[in-house]
Amino acid sequence: MARRLNIGAVRSSFAPWADPAAVPLARFEGVTKRFGDAVAVAGVSLDIYEREFFALLGPSGCGKTTLMRLLAGFETPDAGRVLLGGQDLAGVPPHRRPVNMMFQSYALFPHLNVFDNVAFGLRQDAMPKAEIRARVEEMLEMVQMASLARRRPDQLSGGQRQRVALARAIARRPRMLLLDEPMAALDKKLREETQFELKELQARLGLTFLIVTHDQEEAMTVADRIAVMRDGAIEQVATPAEIYEAPASRYVADFLGDVNLFEARVDRVEPGAAQVRLASAECPAGFTALDDDAPAPATQVWLAVRPEKMTIALEPPPPGTPNVLEGQVWDIGYTGDWTTYLVDLAEDRTIRVARANASRLVDRPIGREDKVWVSFAPDAGVVLTR
Amino acid sequence: MRRGPSWFNIASVGLGLAFLYLPIVLLVAYSFNAGRLVTVWSGFSTRWYAALIEDEEMRDAAWITLRVGLISASAATVLGTLAAVGLVRGGLFRGRLLFAGMIYAPLVMPEVIMGLSLLLLFVALGQARGFWTLTAAHTTFTLCYVAVVVQARLVDFDRSLEEAAQDLGCPPWRTFLTVTLPNIAPAVAAGWMLAFTLSLDDLVVASFTSGPGATTLPMRIYSQVRLGVSPEINAVCTLLIGAVALGVALWGLVGRARTRAPV
Repeated sequence: MARRLNIGAVRSSFAPWADPAAVPLARFEGVTKRFGDAVAVAGVSLDIYEREFFALLGPSGCGKTTLMRLLAGFETPDAGRVLLGGQDLAGVPPHRRPVNMMFQSYALFPHLNVFDNVAFGLRQDAMPKAEIRARVEEMLEMVQMASLARRRPDQLSGGQRQRVALARAIARRPRMLLLDEPMAALDKKLREETQFELKELQARLGLTFLIVTHDQEEAMTVADRIAVMRDGAIEQVATPAEIYEAPASRYVADFLGDVNLFEARVDRVEPGAAQVRLASAECPAGFTALDDDAPAPATQVWLAVRPEKMTIALEPPPPGTPNVLEGQVWDIGYTGDWTTYLVDLAEDRTIRVARANASRLVDRPIGREDKVWVSFAPDAGVVLTR
Repeated sequence: MRRGPSWFNIASVGLGLAFLYLPIVLLVAYSFNAGRLVTVWSGFSTRWYAALIEDEEMRDAAWITLRVGLISASAATVLGTLAAVGLVRGGLFRGRLLFAGMIYAPLVMPEVIMGLSLLLLFVALGQARGFWTLTAAHTTFTLCYVAVVVQARLVDFDRSLEEAAQDLGCPPWRTFLTVTLPNIAPAVAAGWMLAFTLSLDDLVVASFTSGPGATTLPMRIYSQVRLGVSPEINAVCTLLIGAVALGVALWGLVGRARTRAPV
């Protein structure tokens, strides 16, 4: 191994998953769950650590909600074990599990007011009345719902219901809070605010959060680590930056953000430089990429390049520049902060190139049907084998 | 184009409604007749209501009907609700279809057949017929109606509410009592009222399954009518209509509360 590559723009000192001595709070061991003939979860093994904000990300029907429900106790695994704090949860009914869930529909009890909804879980344990009262008030204060304690759920807005559901789920101080698409019903602006609030709350309470979502931005914003799921199996578990900058597969690269994929074959691995040469029909000169764990020559690979890591120009770059593609602008999407160019390289082959609009004035704006040269640095692309 | 209903529409609706309700209106009106003849109006009077209060047999019959109704409706509500929960929440247990069919069959079964079969059962068991056989028979057939009403509500009921309760540490049976039942209460109440009303005006099943000393109001009325209609019968029928109308109105009110329930 030549060189370790640092990935992503975020540095964090919280990384229990990297510590081999750390004991996970929750553990899935080869868990499989079938519904009739359909396999919802296929042999998933996963560790979630204390104080971690963990996201299960995937399209609908990928098994992420089933995985969460296995932990809550609403489903029983057909194979494998689910452990919490080292204890096997098999045979433990939902009402005896020290986890609480916030439901996608919020599932607020319509016949109880806000106060009684939050108090519901506390009343199940023989907790003194005064203590229940104090705890509920503290929870409502925390989610800024104290003034609406006497309201019924049907008299609240969507955002208010969401807050009550959150307060109810954390009132019992669970060892782990499960959030099933908690922000799916909120509008975009409110959702973004809530994401940061949720993160702040999690840090303040020191709780372990497990969130299920299909929204990649949401997962990337809130989570310490993300597990990307596909057809009941986990494709990759990593920090948001690693998932985005070093995806493990074409599926992950494509699911999170935009990506251009080039089919290629490993030509030559430069010893000592972590550099690989790739031969590809799409670029006669071949691609150059950085990889500290390159596959053997002649392996079929895909080079994944994010649109924002490419540069676009109206003149050809100086000779010797690696990774140059020639094409013609087919369409342009302007979104204010970014401009996305759709560039035709050949018949039926279009790539996306994005440029941050860092300055207001541009010498030579690029227009439709302009002939352009697209290039990217060797460290911009990721070599994928699957 | 002409708007609104045509003369034909109005006439046909009017005639239809008249055919349905005119007899009832006549019956109610003649209960206030002063004379003994049921078809000749001879002035307003409440003497038949007074006579009714004096009539011990009628009073006994009314009291029995009320008791049978209250007991059988309550028992049917408990059993019918449990049957509905079993059907909706039990998942795909073996024989579910058969169970559902057996719950629904009495809704379409001719009452004569049900009455007769219950009679044969009581005879075979050597059970003397009376108040309790009648109550059991009414419980049996009104149970099905309760099950249907409650089931309709349970199907709409958000399952995640029960899951949320259990997630918050509530054991299953307590979840049923503190979360499920309060939310399906309108349907349970409507089922009870339906069962009570059905028991109140049942004649056929009661005739087969009742015995001496347990004559219900519809049975008493029917046997008296065979001897000739007296305005006293009109009076008791008017009261019965009032009771049923009240039941239906309450059912409707409760039903409206149910639709108002939040999603």
